Amino acid sequence: MTPADLSVAEAARKLAAGETTSLEITEAVLRRAAQTEAELHCYLTIDQQGALASAEDSDRRRRKGAVSALSGIPIALKDNMCTDGIETTCSSQILAGYRPPYDATVVRRLRAAGAVIVGKTNLDEFAMGSSTENSAYGPTHNPWDPGRVPGGSSGGSAAAVSAGSALAALGSDTGGSIRQPASLCGVVGFKPTYGRVSRYGLVAFASSLDQIGPITRTVEDAALIFSVIGGHDPQDATSYTGEMPELSALGSGVAGLRIGVVQEASGAGFEPDVETACRQMAERLTAAGASLEEISVPTFTVALSAYYLIAPAEASANLARFDGVRYGLREEGTHVEEMMARTRAAGFGPEVSRRILLGTYALSAGYYDAFYGQAQRVRTLLINELNAAFERVDVLILPTSPTTAFEMGAKTQDPLSMYLTDVCTIPANLAGTPAISVPIGLDRSGLPIGIQVMGRALGESVMLAVAAEIERLARFTARPPMLEAWS
Amino acid sequence: MPIDIDIAHVARLARLGLTDEELSFYQRQLGVILEHAAKVQALDTTGVEPTAHPLAFVNAFREDATVAPLDRERVLEQAPLTEDGFFVVPPPLEGT
Repeated sequence: MTPADLSVAEAARKLAAGETTSLEITEAVLRRAAQTEAELHCYLTIDQQGALASAEDSDRRRRKGAVSALSGIPIALKDNMCTDGIETTCSSQILAGYRPPYDATVVRRLRAAGAVIVGKTNLDEFAMGSSTENSAYGPTHNPWDPGRVPGGSSGGSAAAVSAGSALAALGSDTGGSIRQPASLCGVVGFKPTYGRVSRYGLVAFASSLDQIGPITRTVEDAALIFSVIGGHDPQDATSYTGEMPELSALGSGVAGLRIGVVQEASGAGFEPDVETACRQMAERLTAAGASLEEISVPTFTVALSAYYLIAPAEASANLARFDGVRYGLREEGTHVEEMMARTRAAGFGPEVSRRILLGTYALSAGYYDAFYGQAQRVRTLLINELNAAFERVDVLILPTSPTTAFEMGAKTQDPLSMYLTDVCTIPANLAGTPAISVPIGLDRSGLPIGIQVMGRALGESVMLAVAAEIERLARFTARPPMLEAWS
Repeated sequence: MPIDIDIAHVARLARLGLTDEELSFYQRQLGVILEHAAKVQALDTTGVEPTAHPLAFVNAFREDATVAPLDRERVLEQAPLTEDGFFVVPPPLEGT
């Protein structure tokens, strides 16, 4: 263990007690990155100079008594969040070299809370994917087994937190892109209620689904970072205007809580080790005082089909802005449409092109109602079913991912098989509800298993309390074997 | 059965200048994906309103005040081609 392996809360305590400095922690994180990046490729950009300067500045301010919630803590950002003057590519050729003239709201809030920004992490191009293999700059590898994927699309962020090349990171979640990689990398991944966190400066994928959230080593850290980045932002009119939830009840346990087990999240396609681990955790929650109830969500599986119409439809509109005019790549053409068509064909990778085509088709004349309109009505059915479930139970639990980390290349030739890995995470995006993945154990191959807790809309407080209890019961302390060389 | 789509038309709408090989590649893949996506059509949704936005939040109003916009020079320097403070593009119509 080095300072790179501390949780955010532990690091903050040590900093406050004068037992370490931000410079010491930041140097440990950069050292870990230097040791692991050749094998893992978590980062697209490491801002070594900026991070060290920011750490020294943080230590200087601390000596003068100026301390905030994340003072001196090294944090990584998924490379679809705009950073003033620091390249932001979304893992796409079409944005190669793009240096935003502003910070995203989440970046501004992290900096204001004293965080040290380590760099920008790898992702599936424009956050479209579940394995971080769709990056124009090469894939990220799973620290638990570099022959396997870290999940995606926030695979770089999850792998960095798992490997110790950041203490925590931000990801974005449109269909599971925070929770699924967190599950596959053995860390905590938290998608807040839609609208809790400003999307200003997040490069849009599907605007009615996108939400930023933390990837951390503990539930406490996830709650802490959420409290820093959350809350209304006048620059995002879709951000929620109400108060942020009270998060002081994290250690209150689950006594008296009603927990629903989603029936549809089992059976064909679910690995036995994943099912067993989740079932055992449900039993332990009962022993800890919760009552369990089987809950049926009939549209659970067909929601996946609805998602793969709605998300590409919104993406096809959002990605129209990449046209060679205002930023990024331009390929020449004799007239403007030719220039745009050539630029986009050259700049977008296959998965992005596929989703743009899919979304364009689903929105086109003659097909709109049968595909997009019908998907939106299925979305309503799902929301109604979840609302009914939350009248009977306080939270729902289910596996985060049907499988543990799969081998690199296993699903790249068959897009549909890749899409099916998102079946457990998509409902929370369609319904806008908060959800979190917590590591609970290892499968027979030594790969992490995550359990997901879904809460009611705006119900982060209870959801986090259940997640914290799961974390306490699971006592998940295993570390990626490759890190043994660096402790 | 995979769904047969007019891929060239869709690519034109999406402004994606793909080659013939790429078009047939995507046509095949999209056919399979759409066959799966078409499962939404099996559900009876009579009388069900579509959802465009997940939560019924009320509109967020802000003060109608002047704020500093992004720095013009810094915005323009990210563009592939500019002139006198404008973005430059090729002629809008073919053959002009």
